[in-house]
Amino acid sequence: MIRRLFNTRAPLLPRDAGGEAWLAGLIAVLCFLACLAAVGAVSADRAAQGWARALRSEATVQVRPRVGETGAEAAARAAQTLAGVEGVDEAEAMDRKTAEALLRPWVGDAVLPDLPIPYLVTVRLDPAAPASAVTLGRAMAEAGLDATVDDHSLWRGEVERSAGLITLLAAAAFLLTAGAAGAAVAYATRAGMAAQSAVVDTLSLNGASDATIAGLFQVRYGLLAAGAGAVGAVVAMGLVGALRFLGGAEGVTPALPLAWGDLLILSPCPLLAATVAVVVARVTALARLKRGH
Amino acid sequence: MPVQPRRAYQSDSATATVRLSGVGFGYAAAHRTLQGVNLILPAGSFHFLTGPSGAGKSTLLKLLTLAEHPQTGTLHLFGEDATMVPRRALPAFRRRMGVVFQDFRLLDHLSAFDNVALPLRLAGGKQADHAGDVEEMLDWVGLGDRMHDRPPSFSGGEKQRLAIARAVITKPDLILADEPTGSVDAVMAERLLKLFQSLNRLGTTVLIASHDEALAQRSGANILRLEGGQLTGGGS
Repeated sequence: MIRRLFNTRAPLLPRDAGGEAWLAGLIAVLCFLACLAAVGAVSADRAAQGWARALRSEATVQVRPRVGETGAEAAARAAQTLAGVEGVDEAEAMDRKTAEALLRPWVGDAVLPDLPIPYLVTVRLDPAAPASAVTLGRAMAEAGLDATVDDHSLWRGEVERSAGLITLLAAAAFLLTAGAAGAAVAYATRAGMAAQSAVVDTLSLNGASDATIAGLFQVRYGLLAAGAGAVGAVVAMGLVGALRFLGGAEGVTPALPLAWGDLLILSPCPLLAATVAVVVARVTALARLKRGH
Repeated sequence: MPVQPRRAYQSDSATATVRLSGVGFGYAAAHRTLQGVNLILPAGSFHFLTGPSGAGKSTLLKLLTLAEHPQTGTLHLFGEDATMVPRRALPAFRRRMGVVFQDFRLLDHLSAFDNVALPLRLAGGKQADHAGDVEEMLDWVGLGDRMHDRPPSFSGGEKQRLAIARAVITKPDLILADEPTGSVDAVMAERLLKLFQSLNRLGTTVLIASHDEALAQRSGANILRLEGGQLTGGGS
């Protein structure tokens, strides 16, 4: 009577239509790994973008003094010239003391006095519209300065390539995880249909279409995957949140800076897991029914 | 008998509900379970199919439920060629049939109520619309007080009555019953026979496969006899 009042219907498929507990556990673990891969990709990309931005906002100019001009004078003149170039915020000649301080850890004190240290100008570029190496080089030439401009494009390219590679690897890991989840659902659907073949036969002989029967499996595994995906995502959120809380904005390492907003990208995980499960379960069930399950 | 027809049955004597022509079928290539079966069940007719065990009665019913396809010959159901009907067309045929299986084929995880309501539910019916009919049907087969119980707790006879209730709940055009009185006592057997006769009077074609020759004789129905995979009496 109560059931009639609330019009609730018993599920046509029996509970645990084929080892659903292990499937839920497996999907939860896979979703947890996929979440970590996604956060890792976002985090690595953020680190790479930061490094690239820092490299992009600076350039180094090496000046070679002319005859009758000291290196310091040439560097000062170059800094003055560069400061007036559009796209440059600030240019500063690096004095010998600073240069020696940079080299000291590598060569030691003994050889520093005899070392021919290059005369450098550090240029801080406008982050919004940075001057290009060509522009800086032209300005040097027009001022009659013999100089070489290094806009760090080599390093920047390396960093950006590394970030791209990490993102690709993370995407591949994510796709592999989704594929593994899909394979698990396909296996579970086949096992479920085999275990419940009598139920499937009875439904079919009582007028259920293949689409209706496949729909039962897809709803069953879709809901299961959504629940398991939510568990995996929540555990991953807990881990990422703990790392962010303990490690601050840099997380556990500067290579993987974390943000609180990263937790949001994990929220679609249950939906994605359910989508994979629904599609795979339907395709598998229809194929099995067509072959006479 | 509580069942009232929901729709007018198109009883056309020229259109047979079932027409088999030269039907042959075998599970093994060397042995034909059915061979050269010719059979016409006119719309609204009532037939008993008798014969010894292994004669092919259940196989013939499997062909009629489209669980198997004839390997030779043709099968027409409701005036349409169903010999090699594609899977997508099966539900349309099966929703016009009510089938009582020898092994009942009840869903053990569902209550008696849900088992009987199954064909209505699969046809898209709402529970609120058919709850009264299902309860009335369960009352009629003597299971009204057990509608919330599940089949594993039922006796063989109760399961059989439940299976019959499920088969007739949709007032199908064709009822196929495999030994529907095999697990019930004589009183219930007579009562079930009356149910089938009532449905038949409403225009439903009924084919009952049974060992019970006496029941077949008492029913006044046409009697078909299947022996060695061939119809030896009653078929056309």
